[in-house]
Amino acid sequence: MTTLVIAEHNNQTLHDATAKVVTAATKLGGDVHVLVAGQGVDAVAAAAAKLAGVSKVLVADDAQYAHRTAEPLAALVVSLAGSYDAIVAAATTVGKNFAPRAAALLDVQQISEIIEVDAPDTFKRPIYAGNAIQTVKSTDAKKVITVRTTTFPAAAQTGSASIEKIGAAANPGLSEWVSENLTKSDRPELTSAKIIISGGRGMQSGDNFHMLDKIADKLGAAVGASRAAVDAGFVPNDYQVGQTGKVVAPDLYIAVGISGAIQHLAGMKDSKVIVAINKDEEAPIFQVADYGLVADLFQAVPALEQELGKIGL
Amino acid sequence: MKVLVPVKRVVDYNVKIRVKSDQTGVDLANVKMSMNPFDEIAIEEAVRLKEAGKATEVIAVSIGVAQSTETIRTALAMGADRGILVKSDETVEPLAVAKILKAIVEAEKPDLVILGKQAIDDDSNQTGQMLAALLGWPQGTFASKVEFEGDKLLLTREIDGGLQTLKLNMPAVVTTDLRLNEPRYASLPNIMKAKKKPIDEKTPADYGVDVKARLQVLKVTEPPQRQAGIKVESVEQLVAKLKEAGVIG
Repeated sequence: MTTLVIAEHNNQTLHDATAKVVTAATKLGGDVHVLVAGQGVDAVAAAAAKLAGVSKVLVADDAQYAHRTAEPLAALVVSLAGSYDAIVAAATTVGKNFAPRAAALLDVQQISEIIEVDAPDTFKRPIYAGNAIQTVKSTDAKKVITVRTTTFPAAAQTGSASIEKIGAAANPGLSEWVSENLTKSDRPELTSAKIIISGGRGMQSGDNFHMLDKIADKLGAAVGASRAAVDAGFVPNDYQVGQTGKVVAPDLYIAVGISGAIQHLAGMKDSKVIVAINKDEEAPIFQVADYGLVADLFQAVPALEQELGKIGL
Repeated sequence: MKVLVPVKRVVDYNVKIRVKSDQTGVDLANVKMSMNPFDEIAIEEAVRLKEAGKATEVIAVSIGVAQSTETIRTALAMGADRGILVKSDETVEPLAVAKILKAIVEAEKPDLVILGKQAIDDDSNQTGQMLAALLGWPQGTFASKVEFEGDKLLLTREIDGGLQTLKLNMPAVVTTDLRLNEPRYASLPNIMKAKKKPIDEKTPADYGVDVKARLQVLKVTEPPQRQAGIKVESVEQLVAKLKEAGVIG
């Protein structure tokens, strides 16, 4: 059995989602190879080669993979698939985009967002926004899998895999990358942050999110939001935590002015410690919070900032 | 330009689902069913293209049990012109759905297929990408803006970290994200009018597609429940507890 993991990166650095996918891939048994497709990706390939459990890194360095658009990336994966029993990617917007395309070209029914490997052909995955867990057994000879990375630990950086350059596949030439508008932030990314502070509709405006920024700066945290806050236009969509946004599982999640709609809980309930600050003591968020504070956030958040200052943060 | 919009009948997003005690699935008896919310956005986008004079016809397709006709009627009430129901009592997996849709595309020859990025029941997020693959068409997934530039589609997508803009050849497959538009409510006159719009009835066999499941569902269980913790009285106490838990400081 040999598994091909598709690396997640930005041409410069390897995203830590890949280290988690490698952990999931090693649970399938057998060899694990990593495909780094991109442009100018030597550093990414070197980082992938260090992941424990990886025996070989394949590097496809070509302009058509610079932005990991689905059509060329799926074509490349399909061209390599003959040598592999399983193809595994992170359930990020890149993985979700190309993996089903590759699966269909291989006539495989993909298994999306697995959270557990029960056997090389049997997996657990959340359905209904995480309100039920389905155990499925794949009858396809080849598996195409996406992994919910929050549930797998990162592979250690103790490996020393070989690196092999491979050629590009024929470019389907169906689409063209035009531009990207990425939110610039000095703070950690939501999906990899150890601490997240999120605001909901209770924040009342986008300006009020600056209160959360100050706490985030003290804690080295990322700032997130509920869908209600995004829909109200307080913050951009990429802040969104929840079933329709990002699924996160940090060590500490602080929910401020968030009532706790099912769709939000689905995105954060695997966090290790959850804090809720809300003035409505009946808010459902308190049912999942380890520490609940019933208070007006406009008093509690500045007080929290002060209190953190007192302990030297 | 003809637009095809696949729509799925799912448990209404406001319903708190129950897992069956025999672990065979989720209890669908006497549960409110609705159109998948992302598919409503897809219909809305197609109808807006028609209203803007860009689309000439909007066809709504649903694959599933007989009651999926209701979902098609909703699409017709929102402004779609006609419907196709592909009736199946079995669960049809995304790959088989994509194969049926491919056959429909070959028969109807639309220039654009718009569908929801995922259904809120099985949360697979696969059908659009698979359909694009089988047709050899480009895919614009998780779209938040759809524009036309000459004979190409200029599409803005929601990606981790921000937005990405792609230029796609036509014909193309587009999957919708939440911010693409806000779907309308069907007016009563339009609901009445929708009853007269035609719906074709087909089966997967009509399209020569084998819908046998590739994934065997061994069981469906409740997720582990999280226990509610304690209420703290003050911010001071909260910070002390977090320090104690070792998550800050």
